Amino acid sequence: MNPTPSQTVGPFFSHALPYPHDWELVPAGHAGAIMLTGRVLDGAGEPVPDALLELWLGRTGDRGALLRGDGEVSGFGRCATAPDGSFRFRTVRPEGAYLSLQVFARGLLRSLLTRVYLEDRPDPLLDGLEPERRGTLIATGSGDRYRFDVRLQGDGETVFLDF
Amino acid sequence: MTHPPYLSPGYRSTILRAPARPPVAFRTDPDAIELTGPVFGHHEVGSLDADLTRQHAGEPLGERISVTGRILDSAGKPIRGTLVELWQANAAGRYAHERDQHPAPLDPNFTGAGRCLTDEDGRYRFVTIKPGAYPWRNHHNAWRPAHLHFSVFGRAFTERLVTQMYFPGDPLMPFDPILQSIPDEAARQRLVSAFSMELTEPEWSLGYSFDIVLGRTPTESS
Repeated sequence: MNPTPSQTVGPFFSHALPYPHDWELVPAGHAGAIMLTGRVLDGAGEPVPDALLELWLGRTGDRGALLRGDGEVSGFGRCATAPDGSFRFRTVRPEGAYLSLQVFARGLLRSLLTRVYLEDRPDPLLDGLEPERRGTLIATGSGDRYRFDVRLQGDGETVFLDF
Repeated sequence: MTHPPYLSPGYRSTILRAPARPPVAFRTDPDAIELTGPVFGHHEVGSLDADLTRQHAGEPLGERISVTGRILDSAGKPIRGTLVELWQANAAGRYAHERDQHPAPLDPNFTGAGRCLTDEDGRYRFVTIKPGAYPWRNHHNAWRPAHLHFSVFGRAFTERLVTQMYFPGDPLMPFDPILQSIPDEAARQRLVSAFSMELTEPEWSLGYSFDIVLGRTPTESS
C-alpha cells in the first residue's frame, strides 16, 4: 500500500503533545542518570524555539512510554524547545553506543532522525561518514552531563539518517 | 514520491530549516534501536482522551464530527495498540496556544488535543468538532485549509509519522503551500479524508474516515 505523506508538526503543538515529566526518562537522583542538553539551530545559526524532540533508548522500560513512576525508567522522552532553542533530557546511558533522536518543527515537512553518541568509538555508521561530519553525532561532555546541538542546515549541519 | 521535499520554498519556514545535505542512507544492522519503538499500555491513556468534546464543563461550539480509520503497515496489516495523537484549532480557526495571535475567539470548552490507542483492527476513533480555516503569514492572504494534526508511532522509530488530515472539497487546498509541498497529486489525495454517511450519526455528528499507512521499515523483506 502507498504510504501516507508527512506534513509539518506546525508551530502550535505545545497544548497537545507535551505531557507531564515528558523529558524525564528517569527521576531526579536516579542512579546512573545523565543530563543531555543542547540547542536546535537553523541555517542562520538562530535558535529554533518551536521544535519538538523525541529521545528513544531502544526499550520501553519498566512502565509504558508515557507514564512516569517512582524510580522507574522509561525508554522514551519528549521535549519541546524553549524560546532559546534549548532542550533537555534526563536519561540513563543507552545499552549500546547511541541514543536515537527525532526532530519535529515548523518548517520541517518531515521529521529528522539522528543519533547521539556519548563518545567517539568505532561504529558502522560513524565509520562510514565523511570525517568532518562525524563529530556532529558525538555529544560533548562526560560523567553525568552531555551536550548535543542539532544544526538543521549549513555549517556543521547534523548528519540525519535515511533508513 | 510520497513525502514532500524538506526544501519547499513556497512554505517559507523550510528555507532556513531544511537540511542542505541529503540524509545519509544507512544500511542498518538488525540491532539498530531505530527498528524498535515505544510500546504503549492502555493504562497510559484515559478513556475520555479520544473525545475532544467532553474535556470541559460545557460542549464546544462547532460542527460535531467523528473521525475514524485504521493505522496500517505497508503490507496493509493493522498496527495494533499504537498511540495516535490528534490536535487542532477550534471551530473559529484558533488554537488554544499562547502564540496563536489570530483574532478569532477562543472556546473555553475546547482545548483541541486528544489521543488513543488503536484496537485489534488497528482502528482509532476520535470525536471532536470540525476546525476552522485560519490565516497565517506565509504570504499575502495566506489561509490554511481546515485540518487535523495527527501523530502516529507505529512499530519502529523509523515509522514515526506526523501528518495532517484535510476535509473533502475544501476550496483552500489548492492554495496551501504545506499540502502542495507534496509533489504527487495522488499522494496529496491520501491526506484528504472521506465523508461517510455510514459513519454519520443521525441527529448527532458527521462522520469522516481517514486511514494512515506507515512506511516500510528496513527489517521487512523487500
